[in-house]
Amino acid sequence: MRMNLPAFARDPRFSWVGMVLVAVALVALPFVVGGGFGNSWMRVVDSALLYIMLSLGLNIVVGFAGLLDLGYIAFYAVGAYLYALLASPQFGLHLPFWVILPLGAAVAGMFGVILGAPTLRLRGDYLAIVTLGFGEIVRIFLNNLDAPVNVTNGPQGIAQIDPVRIGGAALSKSQQWFGLTVPSVYLYYYLFVVLTLLVIFVTVRLEDSRIGRAWVAIREDEVAAKACGIDTRNIKLLAFAMGASFGGLSGGLFAGFQQFVSPESFSLLESIMVLCMVVLGGMGHIPGVILGGVLLAVLPEVLRSGAGIWQRALFGKILIDPESLRMLLFGLALIAVMLYRPAGLWPEARRRREMAAAGEAPGKRA
Amino acid sequence: MDIRMKNMTLCVAAALAVFGCGKEEPKSEAQAPAPAAAPAPAPAPEVVVKIGHAAPLTGPQAHLGKDNENGAKLAIDEANAAGIELGGAKVKFELMSEDDQADPKQGTQVAQKFVDAKVNGVIGHLNSGTTIPASKIYFDAGMPQISASATNPKYTQQGFKTAFRVIANDVQQGATLGDFAAKKLAAKKVAIIDDRTAYGQGLADEFEKAAKADGAEVVAREFTNDKATDFAAILTKIKGKKPDVVFYSGMDAQAGPMAKQMKGLGVKAKFLTGDGGCTPEFIKLAGDAAGESNYCSLPGVPLEQMPGGAAFREKFKKAYNADIQLYAPYLYDAVNVMIDSMKRANSADPAKYLPEIGKTTYDGVTAKVQFDDKGDLKEGPISLYQVKDGKWNYLETMGGAPAAAAAPAAPAPEAAKPAEKK
Amino acid sequence: MDIFIQQIINGLVLGSIYALVALGYTMVYGIMGLINFAHGEVVMIGALTSLSIIKLLAGTSLPGPVVVLIGLAGAIPVCMALGFTIERVAYRPLRAAPRLAPLITAIGVSIVLQQVGMLIWGRNYHAFPGLLPTTPRHILGAQITDLQVLIVVLAALIMAALILLVNTTRIGRAMRATAENPDIAGLMGVDVNQIISITFVIGSALAAVAGVMVSANYSIAHYYMGFILGLKAFTAAVLGGIGNMGGAMLGGVLLGLIESLGAGYIGDLTGGFLGSNYQDVFAFFVLILVLVFRPSGLMGEKLAERA
Repeated sequence: MRMNLPAFARDPRFSWVGMVLVAVALVALPFVVGGGFGNSWMRVVDSALLYIMLSLGLNIVVGFAGLLDLGYIAFYAVGAYLYALLASPQFGLHLPFWVILPLGAAVAGMFGVILGAPTLRLRGDYLAIVTLGFGEIVRIFLNNLDAPVNVTNGPQGIAQIDPVRIGGAALSKSQQWFGLTVPSVYLYYYLFVVLTLLVIFVTVRLEDSRIGRAWVAIREDEVAAKACGIDTRNIKLLAFAMGASFGGLSGGLFAGFQQFVSPESFSLLESIMVLCMVVLGGMGHIPGVILGGVLLAVLPEVLRSGAGIWQRALFGKILIDPESLRMLLFGLALIAVMLYRPAGLWPEARRRREMAAAGEAPGKRA
Repeated sequence: MDIRMKNMTLCVAAALAVFGCGKEEPKSEAQAPAPAAAPAPAPAPEVVVKIGHAAPLTGPQAHLGKDNENGAKLAIDEANAAGIELGGAKVKFELMSEDDQADPKQGTQVAQKFVDAKVNGVIGHLNSGTTIPASKIYFDAGMPQISASATNPKYTQQGFKTAFRVIANDVQQGATLGDFAAKKLAAKKVAIIDDRTAYGQGLADEFEKAAKADGAEVVAREFTNDKATDFAAILTKIKGKKPDVVFYSGMDAQAGPMAKQMKGLGVKAKFLTGDGGCTPEFIKLAGDAAGESNYCSLPGVPLEQMPGGAAFREKFKKAYNADIQLYAPYLYDAVNVMIDSMKRANSADPAKYLPEIGKTTYDGVTAKVQFDDKGDLKEGPISLYQVKDGKWNYLETMGGAPAAAAAPAAPAPEAAKPAEKK
Repeated sequence: MDIFIQQIINGLVLGSIYALVALGYTMVYGIMGLINFAHGEVVMIGALTSLSIIKLLAGTSLPGPVVVLIGLAGAIPVCMALGFTIERVAYRPLRAAPRLAPLITAIGVSIVLQQVGMLIWGRNYHAFPGLLPTTPRHILGAQITDLQVLIVVLAALIMAALILLVNTTRIGRAMRATAENPDIAGLMGVDVNQIISITFVIGSALAAVAGVMVSANYSIAHYYMGFILGLKAFTAAVLGGIGNMGGAMLGGVLLGLIESLGAGYIGDLTGGFLGSNYQDVFAFFVLILVLVFRPSGLMGEKLAERA
């Protein structure tokens, strides 16, 4: 049964049926989740979609090209602040979202190149610390550019950001569709799903392209890649730029969704969180990364509502403060997953084979 | 031991929260227009009124979040003990407390959760950074929100009729502190340090404006962050400028060590902080530097001067076996103001009691609570304290109207300031 | 001038604190090539454990420094046991795994230890009692306390001891062999697992020392204190060349000086355009600059092919 599945999956009829099923599921999801569990869960789903976009972007840098980036959230911040500055009372500008989002992606991409250029020679953990520093530098500037000229409004953040408007309808208000009231969180969900699918499409196409193969070659052995005629400099810069632009896109959506941005949303912990999503899901493997994003975005919320109830069910009383337990379980989950699935929950087939080989020869390090 | 006590109270709070989101939901929906309950007077069915509370309960500010929760909890427990009836039905108040981790994104997440759970009102959040984005969600849902610790002026400037606060904002407090430094402490030169948070920066800016207006010179404007422990570099720089007063705009976890390091480096200036540093923790952390050269301010009037204030301190100590950290009394007032409004409206339905909040006149433990048309505390008084014998000792109250005293002339220029700012 | 000397002293003290933590980082990295993100949390556990012991002894008539020593003596074995356990549970099973897998478990361990710290010691900040002499000494118009002198000396001594350990002892030779190539070292009769455990245990003992020194110097301890400290120490270790003991010390002191002088003078240098709020930007900028010209840190080996 399992053996036949790939052959079955290659059948074009099957893939069409599959796509339709997925599309129906995606359209119906808010009504199931929001209707069944409440809109706060739809808000969780919305932010999970933003995280998926972020993880897919970071996956290009870390998963495909093998460049460890600990400051990725900076690009998210750039996208978010660009949206905030161009669509809020801060400068009195109110550009529509379809102008700002591509612009945000482009500007973030540019920042990616700015980060990438001086760090081309760096490897591994040295690159990690420089990217971490870059992320902090961006955050510190956002936090302090309220003087001498007020650009970012400093630690106060920018409030009253315009919501995303499509055809005159603001997504921040419930809309009536065919007599059906669709809450704001559903509307954002549909927008995010469309853009997430777009991001997935682009990354899948990239992975299968010459560029994608060049990235993997650099990840596996940079010197060999160079010897094979790959322009490692440009290909690496491209990885930074592509990854960053997805971050910028996601950041712009975040600003429109929250209608408030402040520097504290873009701390180092967020970068680490996104990295965890990529690694936990399965570095370099798109479905794995999506899974990682969903799990880590949803898990803390499940634990938030569950931590108290489970304890009562198990022990009849609450032994550990549910808020600490929630983070405690989150930490334990990170450890457990990595111990049992070191290549991630859903690694790509090639990596799985490598792992199996490495398992036979213990002590071998990449 | 301390910890065990805390866990116990948490258990209770969490247990309530669990029940809150569990099976009793239908009841709270049914309660709104209570006529159904009226004709059945016998054992009046208990109606559950849920009040949401959000603050960081994990992370570096967890101690303040817990303090807030305790303050709110105490008011809820007292209301339950008093046996309040709304619309003829006996009411049981429940606190639904959530952790927002001081993160704006989590803040909106929690806000949405409260809206979904159909709580009857929200107290919080702790930080301005979470309160402001969350207030939008409450406004859209018509959910009354009273913050007792978010002091950023912007919170009430958004035009949301659901947003109230029972604590003086940064404009009111910063201006008073500036006046105090320049006039009462006779400072010619002041140095200002802020922690680059929304709170710290906002308060420092207002302080700077007021101090300059009073003729003091700002000789240094330095910065740190809300996780720092080493201030030697900036204090050394400040030492070279020989200020009379060093004003720190931030929280106690930094203010305490800062005062200590000032002494170590031989900076001979008076040390002044706002409400963030006005805690027993400050004295603990400042150690031998906690002498009479340290001053701080707290919005409102000292507990001892308010009817019921001293009693509140004792009750708090008894209930939690812990000292008040900072905002617990304001939280206590906030919950009471909300319950008081419900009583006057004779309903816990947000739509019905929301208009009543604006009309509040309530003698709280921190101040006489009345709101202006934006939802800010009318004529918020600010009290100043000085360290004496290892304790914060009350000095005087500037501005605002203490419950008993007549309003002095001071609030006029203060009231004018926010308008100027635009 | 006295202000400048004071800033140098400030930088030196802060830098030595970074160096104390960075030495532990760099030891582990040197042998396993692993960023032990949880190291900062071990420092925190060390600080709070010693604090609990010190508070117990506060009523007795023992002199202050002795109490602190007892506190330290109690914290060291706790941290050693913790370090040993962390390595066994979270890192050893992943030695053959992709490079980033242990990084994620390290982050997981870090979160778990933070929450455990919060459950045991509560959410409040703890004041570290002033048991060590803090009367300042005056040098050229600047001031330094005995404790601060102790921190600087201790950091230098520990560094020297570690260099001796690694370069002259049998264990040290085994460590170097393991760092070079664990497989070959194993073939040569080195018990690789044991050597790695020893490295972790020593690193964690250093973390305990660093924790006590940090909390004694700033008189403050809190369950969240490890994260930022760990981050700064990591930066310092990379700046100096991660894996190199001398580099950790150099990187730590340099970072401390950069931060201190940056906060003190950046405002004057830029005509007031940038202030002490850009202290960290300044530090990271120097770091990036150093790494652009010396991609493996100031004292790092030229490891061209180690990714």
